Amino acid sequence: MLKVLKAGFYTSVQDSGRFNYRNKGVPVSGVMDEMSVFKVNSLLENDSSSAVLEITMTGPTLVFEEETYMALGGAKMLATLNNLPIQNYKVYQIEVGDILSFGRLVKGFRSYLGVKGGFTPKVILGSRSYYKPITKESRLREGDFVPYTYHKLFQPKISEIKVASFLDDTILEVSKGPEFELLNDKQLEEIFSRSFTVAHENNRMAYQIKETISPHEISMLTSATLPGTVQLTPSGKLIVLMKDGQTTGGYPRIIQLTDRAIYILAQKREGNQISFKLCIRLV
Amino acid sequence: MNSPEINIKSFGVHSILIEWPNEVKEHILETILRFESFLRSDPLTDKDWEMVPSYNSLLLINRKKSIDFNSISKDINTWYNQLEDTAKPARYLWRLPVSYDLEFGLDLQEVSEKLNKSIPEIIAMHTATHYTVYGIGFLPGFMYLGGLIKELEVPRKVTPRSKVVKGAVGIAGKQAGIYPQESPGGWNIIGNCSVPIFDATKENPCFVNVGDKIEFYAISRAEHNLHKIEAEVGIYKPEKIKIDA
Repeated sequence: MLKVLKAGFYTSVQDSGRFNYRNKGVPVSGVMDEMSVFKVNSLLENDSSSAVLEITMTGPTLVFEEETYMALGGAKMLATLNNLPIQNYKVYQIEVGDILSFGRLVKGFRSYLGVKGGFTPKVILGSRSYYKPITKESRLREGDFVPYTYHKLFQPKISEIKVASFLDDTILEVSKGPEFELLNDKQLEEIFSRSFTVAHENNRMAYQIKETISPHEISMLTSATLPGTVQLTPSGKLIVLMKDGQTTGGYPRIIQLTDRAIYILAQKREGNQISFKLCIRLV
Repeated sequence: MNSPEINIKSFGVHSILIEWPNEVKEHILETILRFESFLRSDPLTDKDWEMVPSYNSLLLINRKKSIDFNSISKDINTWYNQLEDTAKPARYLWRLPVSYDLEFGLDLQEVSEKLNKSIPEIIAMHTATHYTVYGIGFLPGFMYLGGLIKELEVPRKVTPRSKVVKGAVGIAGKQAGIYPQESPGGWNIIGNCSVPIFDATKENPCFVNVGDKIEFYAISRAEHNLHKIEAEVGIYKPEKIKIDA
């Protein structure tokens, strides 16, 4: 078990997601930044769907109660293991009682903790990902325990990797959404000619954009949405749905983020700048 | 072959959206569900395909592979033209008990004043219809119900509640529904349904499918409490009737 001494801002267990229940209104959930998690799981030679801790903004303080191996990835958070600084994308051997804590957020927004074999809370509807009310809680709290399996004998093939960071990237590549053709020239110009600011309202469900574009009166019937779908409200607000986003919606789906754009955005926080770029090869 | 025309749209690299005419019509929904069932039974049996039907659209999502839009849209047209002979998917009418006690029907009095109808009249109208489930979304197990009687149309509340309880039965504009879990909400609450619409501990967490019908019937507060206990211990089974379409 991993014991939570301090909870931090928002930490949850996430795997590759909950599939096949979207027709019952269940969001996919799963890690927001798939790329960083893919690397963490690769280093630990885990299955790519192994569950990790997704650590947002301010990290928790955690005690390991079983031997294992761990690796961090994603945002840079000045993490320490027993008060000694550790780095991202490097495998560390863990002894019973080792304490992992997180300091200042340096870059990015979401950090990921993987352990050998992955975390193993109960699988509900095909996934271990936290999402209330499918799971009892939406995030870890002080005093919680997160299960994982004891691992003593593991010799990683590669103990450390250098990662080409995308944490500074600001351009989100998009393809046309189903209602793209209903946008007028002015709205198109507004969307693609400027940069936007991530609003205070940003979480695992959706990222709102601070600046608005021209309003519209497009009316449509409720229809399916995806992680990465950008909705345009009648007042001109842009809402980017993320992993816990609703599975259907009634606002025009004007553009769709690529998988890469989703994990770039997942590392952004309030006040960060982004811009949208229509990707020609996807048109 | 006179199925309504379809329009196929690209929607990201993993999905493809099929749209029917922009209307809330039973026969359109039925065509969508027949086509979904046909795709599942023959060309797209692979478990990696997820399908989300709603009102006038069907989204096909492949969680693993990128989709070649041109080739799959050609296939979809071909498959749609073969649709006619396929069997209809099974559909059910679910009879759901609702307590319209004022303890649960927080807005009954207000709705009664706005519509100039007595509370018994409102209950009679709300229970007189077979509602069609046009979609499930917004929250796990939240059904978009069509078929509300025109006389019961009342605008959503000016100020939404920050907390609407699980099972709350609401109406707003042309829409009717049940809040499957506690959430914020702006619909007028007229009762509470003791049957849990969504239960994550069940293999099929939501017994209702898009295309099914819902009928509400009024029960007393005592019966409501009994059903609630039965549901909690898992012995309550909602009443269902197979629909011969």
